[in-house]
Amino acid sequence: MSLETIDVTDPGAVIDVTDHESARRGEAAPESVGSQQTYVVSPVPTGARPQRRRSTSNFRRTDVLAIAGSVIAAIALAGLLDELLPWNGALGFVVVAYVSFLGIYAIVVSFDESGPAVRDRSIAVVVQSLAFLLLMALVFVIAYTLIRGWQALVHSNFFVQDMQDAGPLDPLDVGGIFHAVIGTLWMISIALLITVPLGLTCAVFLNEIPGRFTRFVRTIVEAMTALPSIIAGLFVYATFILMLGMPKSGLAAALAISVMMLPIIIRAADVVLRLVPSSLKEASYAMGAGQWRTVWHVTLPTARSGLATAVILGTARGIGETSPVLLTAGFTAALNANPLSGPMVSLPLETFELVKSPEPNLIARGFGCAAVLMLLVLILFVAARMIGGRGPGNLTKRQRQKRVRQSKRDVERFDARVAAETGRSLKRRVDNPEPVSGHTAYPPTGGTHVANEN
Amino acid sequence: MAVKTADVVSAEDDRVPTGTVIPEPFVDGDAQLTPRILRPKVVGSDRMFRGIIRASGIAVLVIMGAVGLFLTFRAWQALSVAGLTFLTTQGWNPDAGRGGFGIAAVLVGTILIGFTAILIAVPLATGTALYISEYSPRRIQRGLISLVDLMAAVPSVVYGLWGFFFLQGQITGLSRWIATWFGWIPIFSVDGADPSDPLSGTSPTLYTSSTFICGIVVALMVTPITCSVMREVFSQAPPGEREGAYALGATKWGMIRSVVLPFGKGGMIGGTMLGLGRALGETIAVFMIISFIPAIQSHILQSGGSSVSSLIALRYGDSTAFGTSALMAAGLALFIMTLIVNFIASSIVARSRSGAGTEA
Repeated sequence: MSLETIDVTDPGAVIDVTDHESARRGEAAPESVGSQQTYVVSPVPTGARPQRRRSTSNFRRTDVLAIAGSVIAAIALAGLLDELLPWNGALGFVVVAYVSFLGIYAIVVSFDESGPAVRDRSIAVVVQSLAFLLLMALVFVIAYTLIRGWQALVHSNFFVQDMQDAGPLDPLDVGGIFHAVIGTLWMISIALLITVPLGLTCAVFLNEIPGRFTRFVRTIVEAMTALPSIIAGLFVYATFILMLGMPKSGLAAALAISVMMLPIIIRAADVVLRLVPSSLKEASYAMGAGQWRTVWHVTLPTARSGLATAVILGTARGIGETSPVLLTAGFTAALNANPLSGPMVSLPLETFELVKSPEPNLIARGFGCAAVLMLLVLILFVAARMIGGRGPGNLTKRQRQKRVRQSKRDVERFDARVAAETGRSLKRRVDNPEPVSGHTAYPPTGGTHVANEN
Repeated sequence: MAVKTADVVSAEDDRVPTGTVIPEPFVDGDAQLTPRILRPKVVGSDRMFRGIIRASGIAVLVIMGAVGLFLTFRAWQALSVAGLTFLTTQGWNPDAGRGGFGIAAVLVGTILIGFTAILIAVPLATGTALYISEYSPRRIQRGLISLVDLMAAVPSVVYGLWGFFFLQGQITGLSRWIATWFGWIPIFSVDGADPSDPLSGTSPTLYTSSTFICGIVVALMVTPITCSVMREVFSQAPPGEREGAYALGATKWGMIRSVVLPFGKGGMIGGTMLGLGRALGETIAVFMIISFIPAIQSHILQSGGSSVSSLIALRYGDSTAFGTSALMAAGLALFIMTLIVNFIASSIVARSRSGAGTEA
C-alpha cells in the first residue's frame, strides 16, 4: 500500500497496521496533526493478512540453511577431492572439508550480506569450532583414559590388592593398586599437614602486617610458584636423601610435594584474603575487637569458602604430580603403610611405572590407575566447586537463615540483659523494626551478593 | 582536647549562633594544638598472634629461600668447573669434567617444546575464551568454565598417557605430510625423508617420539590455564563500551575487535606467558613421549629430542655427587627461565588495564 494516500485527519481512513512503517505513522499521526479528535485504528483491518508477531531473535532460517548447505557442499567437495587427490586418512579429509566449508559459507553469506557481516559470520564459525575442538579434545583425553582403564577397573581386586604377587604376565584378576592408593593418601596427608597451617598463616601474614618485609616475602612466594615440580623433587633428593642420608620414603616425597604446593596455596589464599571487604574488618575494629579477634571472627570466616577452594585446588595439583615423587619415593610393588621407612609409591608414579612395560595387562592396569587418580581429582574439584564458587561473604540460603536466627537470638539476649540491668522490659523493641534492623542488616547484604553471582 | 570554637556550638551554651561560625586562626607554636601521637595499644593476645603469623612468614621465606639458595649453591660447584662451556656443550657427561657437559641441547629442546606448545595453545585458548565469554549460551556458560578449570587440574601423567598411546599413532600422518610439503623449511625437515621420492620417509618410527608430539600434548595441558586467564579478562570488558560499539553499528566481531580484544590484551599476553612457564617446566608427559638424545635436535618433526626436565628425570639416579651438582645447574637454568617468563607475565597482567582480578 502506498503511504501517501492515507489522510490521517480523515476519520474514515483505514490504516493497515500489518505494514510496520504505516503502523508507526498511523499511531503518530493524531499527535502530529495536533487535532483534538481521536481516531480508533483497527488493529486487524478486515481483508488484510493477520498480523504476525515479529521474531526478535537473531537466529534466522536462512542462517541455518546457509550453514547446512555449506556443510553439504563442503563434504561433497572434500569427497570429490579425495577421489582426485588421495589424502592421508580421515584427518586430511576433515581438514579439507572444514577449510572448504569456511570458504563456501563465506561465499553463501556474501550473497545477501555486506563485508563486515560476512567477516562476522565467518569468525563466529571459526571461534565456535575452535572451542568445540578444544573441549572435545579435553573430554576425549579423559574418556580415553576411562575407556582403556575400564578393563582393570571392573575387577574388584584392583582396589584391594597390591602388585606383590602379580607378575607382568598375570591376568587382571590378580593384583591391584591398593599400595599406590595408600601411598598417595599418606603423602598428600603429610603434605597437607605441613602446607595448610603454614600456607594459611603465611597468607594471613601477607595481608595483616603490611610493610617492606611482607612485600619481599610475597615476591619470593610468587617467584616460587614458577618452580618446576621436578626441581622441588631434585631439591629434596639432594638435601634430604643425599645430604642427610635418609632413605627414599613416603616422607621425602611428601616433603617434595609440600615444597611444590606451598607457594600455590599461599598465593591463592592471599588473593582470597585480599578480597575480604575492608569495611567488615573496620567495623570489627570499631567495635573494639583486636587484630587477632578480627582475623579469627571476621576475616577467616568471610573468606572460608575461598580458602577451602585454594587448599583443595592445591591438593589436586599435589596429588597429580609425578616428577617429585619419582625422584624421592623410590618404587615398590608391595604395600607399605609406613611413610617413614621404605619406598612408597603413589598413584601417578604407579601409572608411570606400569605403562613403561610393553605387557598389555600392565598397560591396562596403568590406565586403570590413572582413571582412579583422575576420579580422585574430580571428587576434589567438585568439592571445591561446592564449597567455593562464591565470593567472600556470599552465603548459601541455609547459612543466611542461620545468620538471621542467630541475630534474632542476639537481639533477645541483649534485651534480656538490658531488662535485667535496668529492670525495664524492652519487649517492644523486638516488635519495633527500627532498632532491630541493625541486627538483620547483614542477611540482605548477603542477598545482594547472591544476586550479583551471575 | 577542646578546640575553642567547639564551645560556641556546644550544648551548654544556650546562645545558639545563627550566623557562620569563624574558627579562630591556628596559632603556630600553640602547645595545645600539636597533633596527637596515635599509637595503637597492642594487647597480649594480638602480640602473640602477630608473632605467630610473622614467624610463619619467616618460615616460608626460609624454605623458599633455601630451595633457591641451595640450588644456586650446589649448581655453583658444577658451573665453576664448566664455566661458559656449560652453555655451549651439547652432551651430558659430567664426569668428563670441563667441556663434557652442557645445556645447549636440552635448553634448545625445552624452548622448542615450549614454543610448539604455545603456538598451538594460543589460538585454541583464545577461541575458547572468546566462545565462553561472548558466544556461548548463558545456560552452559558456567558448565564450560568449570570444565576448563577441571582440565587445568587433570594430572599431567593422564595427558602423557593419551599422547603416548593415542596421539602418537594418529599424528604421524600429519607429521609426514608437513615434512613432505614443508620440508624445505629447515625446522620441518626430517633426515631420511625426501619429498621427491614417495617411498622414502614412510616409516612411522621416523616421526614418533618427536618434539612436535610433545608440543601438542603440552599444548593441551597448558591451554586450560591460558584459556581461563583470558576468559576472566574478556568477561571484564566494560559493558558500557560494548554497548557503545553496538550502538555505533558494530557487528559482534566488530565489537570484539574494537572493545574486548584491546581491553583483554594484557590478560592475553599474561595468560600466554603463564602457559609458557608451565610448558617449559613440564616433566612427566614429555619424559613419557620423547626419546631422549643429548644433542641439539632442531627438526621438530623428527624422532628424538630433549628437555631439561626429562634430562633430570633420566639422570638423577645414576649421578655421582658432582653429577647431581651438574643436574642442579641444569635445573637452575630451567628455573631462571621459568622465573623470567612468569615475572614478565605477572608484570604485564598487573600493568595492563585489564589486570584487575586476573591472578592465576
